[in-house]
Amino acid sequence: MKTFGLSCIAFAGITLIVPQTLFATEKDELETLRKEVNQLKKQVASQTTLSPSPSSFNPAISLILMGRYATFDNDPEDYAIPGVSLPEETDPGPEGFSIGESELVISANVDNLFFGRFTTALTPENEVEIEEALIQTLALPAGLTAQFGRFYSDIGYLNSKHVHQWDFVDQPLVYRAYLGNQYNDDGLQLRWLAPTDMFLEFGGEVFRGENYPAGGAANHGAGSYTLFMKAGNDVGISHNWLAGLSYLATQSDNRQTEAGDTLFSGDEDTVIADLVWKWAPAGNDSVTSLVFQTEYMVNLEKGDYTIGGNIDPIDRNNTGWYAQLLYKFKPRWRTGLRYDRLSIGNPGSAFSGTSLDTQGQTPKRVSAMVDFSHSEYSRFRLQFNRDESYAVTDNQWYLQYTMSLGAHGAHRY
Amino acid sequence: MLNLFFTGMLFFVVSYPVSAALNVFACEPEWASLVQELGRDKVSVFSATTAQQDPHHIQARPSLIAKMHRADLLVCTGADLETGWLPVLLRRAANPKVQPGQPAYFEAAQHVSLLDKPVRLDRAEGDIHAAGDPHLHLNPHNISQITKALTLTLAAIDSQNAALYHQYENDFLTRWQQAMAQWEKQAAPLRDMGIVTQHKSWTYLIDWLGMKEITRLEPKPGVPPSTAYLTQVLATLQQQPARAILVAPYQNPQAADWLHSRTTIPVVFLPYTVGGNAEVTNLFELFDSTISKLLALTKP
Repeated sequence: MKTFGLSCIAFAGITLIVPQTLFATEKDELETLRKEVNQLKKQVASQTTLSPSPSSFNPAISLILMGRYATFDNDPEDYAIPGVSLPEETDPGPEGFSIGESELVISANVDNLFFGRFTTALTPENEVEIEEALIQTLALPAGLTAQFGRFYSDIGYLNSKHVHQWDFVDQPLVYRAYLGNQYNDDGLQLRWLAPTDMFLEFGGEVFRGENYPAGGAANHGAGSYTLFMKAGNDVGISHNWLAGLSYLATQSDNRQTEAGDTLFSGDEDTVIADLVWKWAPAGNDSVTSLVFQTEYMVNLEKGDYTIGGNIDPIDRNNTGWYAQLLYKFKPRWRTGLRYDRLSIGNPGSAFSGTSLDTQGQTPKRVSAMVDFSHSEYSRFRLQFNRDESYAVTDNQWYLQYTMSLGAHGAHRY
Repeated sequence: MLNLFFTGMLFFVVSYPVSAALNVFACEPEWASLVQELGRDKVSVFSATTAQQDPHHIQARPSLIAKMHRADLLVCTGADLETGWLPVLLRRAANPKVQPGQPAYFEAAQHVSLLDKPVRLDRAEGDIHAAGDPHLHLNPHNISQITKALTLTLAAIDSQNAALYHQYENDFLTRWQQAMAQWEKQAAPLRDMGIVTQHKSWTYLIDWLGMKEITRLEPKPGVPPSTAYLTQVLATLQQQPARAILVAPYQNPQAADWLHSRTTIPVVFLPYTVGGNAEVTNLFELFDSTISKLLALTKP
């Protein structure tokens, strides 16, 4: 209706103008009239699609397609971090061609008070996993924000990053060993942003405690909790940083790992310190930028392991860290270097010969990668790992693509 | 441990100083400058970006979250220009006042008619904006329209000073009208001047001054040129000569320099926004500098 009305106005405008041009003898006048007609046409064109359609309230939908080709020296089935009973999906993945998890993200404001996001991962085995089903408040007073549903915990720097945002094909070894790549669970988060010039945020979470490093939804389904604080600021126009300190406390009630034959009941606590420092000349990262990132973790285990029917107590401290440097050396091209190292505590002689036996190993890994993004929606990556997680050194090569279709939301720092 | 945590929180809430001026978070320097003109000492303005940064690609860095948290008013371009960073800031900033739809959320693009609305919405067309070209501040007539709307917003959220905002508005618009008349007179020789642009950043300037965009160095918005495409650009320029290659301060001039080396067409860095070169510290100087740089090309 509106379109029709506007077309009428434009038409009337044109008919009014046309007879006048017949008498206009001067070139200037003709030119002005031509411009007016063009202006009218533009106005009509710019307003024709304003009428709302029933689909305009549909949420934003984004689909991430990932896949790769991988080749390893060792059989990926043999992968282990001696001393850690690893959960599923923490190995280097299959050799050869394979698609990774395809991620489907649907998000929108629910109303003026709530925002919702739903992220499913469709695994190559044709299974559907709900990674996130979260509701976040938009209008709590005094700098408070609450979030609930299923979501990635805000501990550490990398924990809440989706797979397509990773700077390497795989997670650092500390994340693999102590968080099962990433800790997500069902729960509630409350965070508070301080009204300071510098970024300062405090938060805490309570989770069901179903997923690794928790398990079995202990404590009547509120088996883990976290506390975290984050601080960040600019240093001049070219530098900025974010640092964090987080604490994750999990209780487990018969947590299953290693294909279900290893059970753990007890407490596992993890402290994470993280720092990210970014640099770009004049704060413009279109041509060149440098990002330094490091995280250090302390992991404390206290409880009982049941392996092959034997119950043995454990009480040990583990640590680990990684550091990486990412360098954008020309538009669309980045290269990165990462070093990983774990130090896993001796569980005692009762565990010799089990997956918890450290075998005197200090797991470490060096990774190098180069990636090319044709646009912000497509990326190809080549990565090499010299992986010394266990006794036999493995050389791993990955060629990976990440494509993002549809509405693609903004990324966090 | 927990006690300490909450006492610390309380300390921050209580000790936070309250400032009298209206805290304004501007997404781009042009809006920071306009708010400063319209609010003077009643506003304290922060610009999230500088002229040396590409407003399409900004890191949602921690300091911006902290700044947005304390803002009483948000002034941005809209039309999806800030889509890669503004939504995440809004979600992390815990500031209900400046959420979209609130009176303190101001989008310039809502108040002018946008040019070059894409006919086909497809990412294969490059980095297109569904609502139309968002680089709308480069036509000073748009600034006039936005001034009126922005004054109403300022007056609404800080009603105590409403009369003052209208007074500053009148003062600004009077000077702006005079300046526009002057610019349009000065710029008469620029009519029909052929130019090459790097990115689609100059649509409104070209439209206002009646210049002709012969070709563009980006085959599609946001897509860098390939060698084959640049050869095509050269062929076009042989048929239709251009006087200048326009580049914004935040753009990488590599392709422009290449074209210059093949054609001798000069590469001209226009300020694009406030702070775009040393002599541009406000909106008046932005157009003064832009027009004088373009006029310099018409002299033999």
